[in-house]
Amino acid sequence: MDKVKVIEIKQSVFAANDKQADELRSELKEKGIFLLNLMSSPGAGKTTTLRATIAALKDEFKIGVMEADIDSDVDAKRIAETGAKAIQLHTGGMCHLDAGMTRQGLEGLGTGDVELAILENVGNLVCPAEFDTGASKNAMILSVPEGEDKPLKYPLMFSVCDVVLINKIDVLPYFDFNLEKCVEYIRMRNPAATVIPICAKTGEGIDVWADWLRGEVNAWRNK
Amino acid sequence: MHELGIVFNIIDTVEDVAKEQHLSEVATVTVQIGEVSTVIPHYLEDCWNWAVKKTELLQQCKLICEPIEAITFCEGCEQTYRTVDFGKICPYCGSEHTYLLVGNEVQIKEIEAV
Repeated sequence: MDKVKVIEIKQSVFAANDKQADELRSELKEKGIFLLNLMSSPGAGKTTTLRATIAALKDEFKIGVMEADIDSDVDAKRIAETGAKAIQLHTGGMCHLDAGMTRQGLEGLGTGDVELAILENVGNLVCPAEFDTGASKNAMILSVPEGEDKPLKYPLMFSVCDVVLINKIDVLPYFDFNLEKCVEYIRMRNPAATVIPICAKTGEGIDVWADWLRGEVNAWRNK
Repeated sequence: MHELGIVFNIIDTVEDVAKEQHLSEVATVTVQIGEVSTVIPHYLEDCWNWAVKKTELLQQCKLICEPIEAITFCEGCEQTYRTVDFGKICPYCGSEHTYLLVGNEVQIKEIEAV
């Protein structure tokens, strides 16, 4: 029998995915495609926020959206109503997208005429934060009913985000949600993150968010 | 179930090593898992046993999980303590200004192969 040998690897389990993500990011950069990875817990308002975002930016950028869910195509249908190109990705039980799945999604979407691609990740505050998708920027939505303490409970999610949208601010009077405390908790985990309070339903703050996104997309495409 | 995604990543990495080094069979894979990495070793093993059946070289491969103790450092009093016992608040001086020194790793340590 052949001798068994021990081979030392000493590599993070995320290293293979991180490498694929970096490759995808530089390919997208070359093609002039900005990819936004949008994360949140289920029901925070990702799809409603995207509809408002598309309405604000559809005259400036060609937008394509990938809706990732474990099952169903209700989100892709809601996005398609806005006139933006949309596809539904099924993760087959997985709670997040990785770089390989994101690449497949972009191929399915067809990026030839897309300038701003948006990935609506699976609703989950844990796993999507661990897997780099290859996105140009990461955004997450925290909605008022979820509570101001979420940055303390899910620190990794808040630390990987470039921008945090605090959604459903129209219901602030009905919840014990301290906006200042929430911003303070986010700062503890991520001093560099931009925080924008919005209400996707009424449109409040969407102009500020659209300004941020416009600036990032232009910077990415011009560099 | 992020354990399943992590298992696929481990398999990809090990298969790459196996190809590079012309291995015919991998007997064990040892992974080190930090206590506060959010990965549950028991779930990881269940996912592993299901996923390796779909591979060529890892059919009989066993996954060995080694824990890494989580240790937090306090900037207030410059002492360290066990993260799992006390969380983010320093048990010595009560400071909230603490950070994790070790314990959130998920890494592949080594493999045994023929």
